[in-house]
Amino acid sequence: MTSAPTAWDRARLALSLLAIDPDGLGGIWMRARAGVSRDRFVAALASAFPKTDIHRLHPAISDDQLFGGVDLTATLDAGQTVMSRGILNDDGSVLLLTMAERSEEDFAAKICHALDRRSQIVIALDEGLEEEAVPGRLSSRLAFHIDFDGLTHRDCLAFEVDADALEIAQRNLARIAIPAEMITDTTTVAARLGIADPRAALFTLRAARALTALKRGDVITNETLADVMQFVLGPRAMQWPEAAEEPETQADQQPQEETETESNLPENEILPLQDVYLDTIAASLPADVLDRLKSRQQTAGRATGSGAGEKRKGNRRGRPKPSRRGRLGSAARVDLVATLRAAAPWQKMRRDAPFAPDKAVHVRASDIRLKQFEDHSDRLLIFVVDASGSAALARLAEAKGAIELLLAEAYARRDHVALIAFRGESADLMLPPTRSLVQTKRRLASLPGGGGTPLAAGLEAALSLAASTKSKGLTPTIALLTDGRANIALDGNANRTEAVEDAQKMAQLIRAKQTPALVIDTGMRPTASLKDLAQDLDATYLPLPRADAHRVSQAVEAVLE
Amino acid sequence: MTQPFPFSAIVGQDDMKRAMILTAVDPTIGGVLVFGDRGTGKSTAVRALAALLPPIKAVKGCPYNSEDLHECPDPEILEDTKIVEKPTPVVDLPLGVTEDRVVGALDIEQALTQGKKQFEPGLLARAHRGYLYIDEVNLLEDHVVDLLLDVAVSGENVVEREGLSIRHAAKFVLVGSGNPEEGELRPQLLDRFGLSVEVTSPEDIKTRIEVIRRRDAYETDNKAFMRRWRGEDTKLRKRILTGRERLASVKADGSILEECAKLCIALGSDGLRGELTLLRAARALAAFEGADAVTRDHLRLVAPSALSHRLRRDPLDEAGSTTRVKRAVEEVLA
Repeated sequence: MTSAPTAWDRARLALSLLAIDPDGLGGIWMRARAGVSRDRFVAALASAFPKTDIHRLHPAISDDQLFGGVDLTATLDAGQTVMSRGILNDDGSVLLLTMAERSEEDFAAKICHALDRRSQIVIALDEGLEEEAVPGRLSSRLAFHIDFDGLTHRDCLAFEVDADALEIAQRNLARIAIPAEMITDTTTVAARLGIADPRAALFTLRAARALTALKRGDVITNETLADVMQFVLGPRAMQWPEAAEEPETQADQQPQEETETESNLPENEILPLQDVYLDTIAASLPADVLDRLKSRQQTAGRATGSGAGEKRKGNRRGRPKPSRRGRLGSAARVDLVATLRAAAPWQKMRRDAPFAPDKAVHVRASDIRLKQFEDHSDRLLIFVVDASGSAALARLAEAKGAIELLLAEAYARRDHVALIAFRGESADLMLPPTRSLVQTKRRLASLPGGGGTPLAAGLEAALSLAASTKSKGLTPTIALLTDGRANIALDGNANRTEAVEDAQKMAQLIRAKQTPALVIDTGMRPTASLKDLAQDLDATYLPLPRADAHRVSQAVEAVLE
Repeated sequence: MTQPFPFSAIVGQDDMKRAMILTAVDPTIGGVLVFGDRGTGKSTAVRALAALLPPIKAVKGCPYNSEDLHECPDPEILEDTKIVEKPTPVVDLPLGVTEDRVVGALDIEQALTQGKKQFEPGLLARAHRGYLYIDEVNLLEDHVVDLLLDVAVSGENVVEREGLSIRHAAKFVLVGSGNPEEGELRPQLLDRFGLSVEVTSPEDIKTRIEVIRRRDAYETDNKAFMRRWRGEDTKLRKRILTGRERLASVKADGSILEECAKLCIALGSDGLRGELTLLRAARALAAFEGADAVTRDHLRLVAPSALSHRLRRDPLDEAGSTTRVKRAVEEVLA
């Protein structure tokens, strides 16, 4: 490798290493669009694993196919039990996961269990765009993460893995020991890259061993380790390593742990080497890595946020969709009428077929139609309204007007609405989530004003409402209307500084929960502190003095989209 | 399949290990909930613990793990009535599991091919006298979790449907694990787990290196590694077994009960389950440690895992509930 290795070179190497030590490395996670390069890679799989079967799995595969069991349709037809053998019971085989980015958590958990038994290896083909990704539990169990982004088919020549070389390497593998200081180095480097999962360090060591075996070496060299770190640890890096901090913390820990000091090398000799490793990894990271790291964290957050609410894929409830062809499975409902209708045209032919069993209706597996439902998660707009003296006097009426406008739109979108008002010392849920426009209007009109501004309490109430409704499958959005002069702290004390601090903390909590929000400033003049609060919330800030009702509704629309 | 990782070789994570040992000493404590990051050894610990425990004696081929023939709810299906030794069962509950698979249902195969009504026992039957492990319990559907907790508390599974009526013993220790970032568990469900522990990735480099080192030794030189830890595991097993025998004789006097109540009141935990679990866990710990009576030290050690999941959430307290419990323990047991 004279020039910088491309993703394609890495993929080739990863495949060889995986074939040498399948138990220790788990598999490959490959982000690639369908195309020539991916097809060539998949074609090469057979040469790397000549003795094993390669099973193609898609995320919607049924449990029967995975775990085996009674093949119901075949049993019905044959009149005697027909068992099917599950793919996951085929020890030693390769699982090729197509469309891995569509994997649901439960599917990923099943595959992970197979990986944990060390019985199978997984090649996850991920065609995902930014927001979709393979579930973390699965990708963390695969040693190699490779991104084919930007590869043209000219870079990717078809290849075959040299089976003889692999066999020799497999035989040599057990003789190569992993030296203790390499364990130390790898773990430290992983920690400084912000990788919490201990699997990453393990994978690095195992891959280094496999690479040494492939090169027919007897000892793992530092160069080999550095090479491997590049492509095992590099893609997992969560933070840019900060070199200055680490030595101090290590020195701090020294005295506490006399019992466990086993490292036989002095710390200051290890560190430069670790820095060399870090530099190598840094060199291999693309230039825009910081942006990517950031976006990765965001995607991760978003993915978890949708887990409870938005993505609600029910196959039992919701708006019925046309039934589709499918297999019998525990999670599906058979659309009986559609199934019979599909079977009807064939009845005569099937009855007349030789050796046809004597049955009134002949139904074959291909006739089965399953019911499908589409269940949209409902949106919930939580209004958090400041009804304190300062706001009430100034613009409460106008704020009410803006809310009514939003209400009308929410009604048109069939969104749920909830209303929280804060005044005096606390916040009250004036209206639990509802779709009733009339009720909301009535409550709003009778909203009393006056007293202090317990902004933090209002946000707290919004947060708990958002959390509880999220678990019921709603997708909450918080709309805060206030003039921003928080003066009552969360404990009810009239302390302006504390009140502002509490509100800030609350806002950060709401942001941590990934709840979208919108701040509408109802003060006479735009308030700077409220702008900061909006930033803490990661919310759109909208000063009402300059915004007419139309712009408010546009802003809300933008946040909801 | 290789042997599971030895329990005593797990580095750190003392809270989790203690909680699991306590449920092995006294299964009535009622399950452990382990919340934490990926790769912190949650599933390793469960499997390791089951491998550590002595084998159970059961009727050969009985899907209900019955101790003797009278216990088996459906003796007709047995081909053999011999009593054999089985390893302590650990049943994995996959996500997306249906209620039928959990509680058992009509055996469709038998019904179709022979027209016989035959009950096919579910996962609950298989977990009897062992462990039921749910990875990602927070992603499991609520009604399934409800059902599991019900059975875990009553120790009996009752099925009445499709013209079947069957009841069988299902006494198991429920171990749930999950990553709180991927969704939270409803408070009602939280409360019904006996103990809860939070695990985090080890922060300091030394511990992390030790984790990697042992794991590597386990994978590359399995035999030597297992031999190295066998002694420790055997010692631990003996302590657990002695603990079980001593459990009934461990005393808890009035002052200890009072402390339990005071602690729960100070923390404002709802219901009496907190006190009961706290007492049971402390007693199990005393038995495990060979003490004759429960002391304040025992309470102090088990209080965080017995109570931290029963508190009302305070969103502004960033320290987390475990710290709150520790604070209260300092005050009450000062």
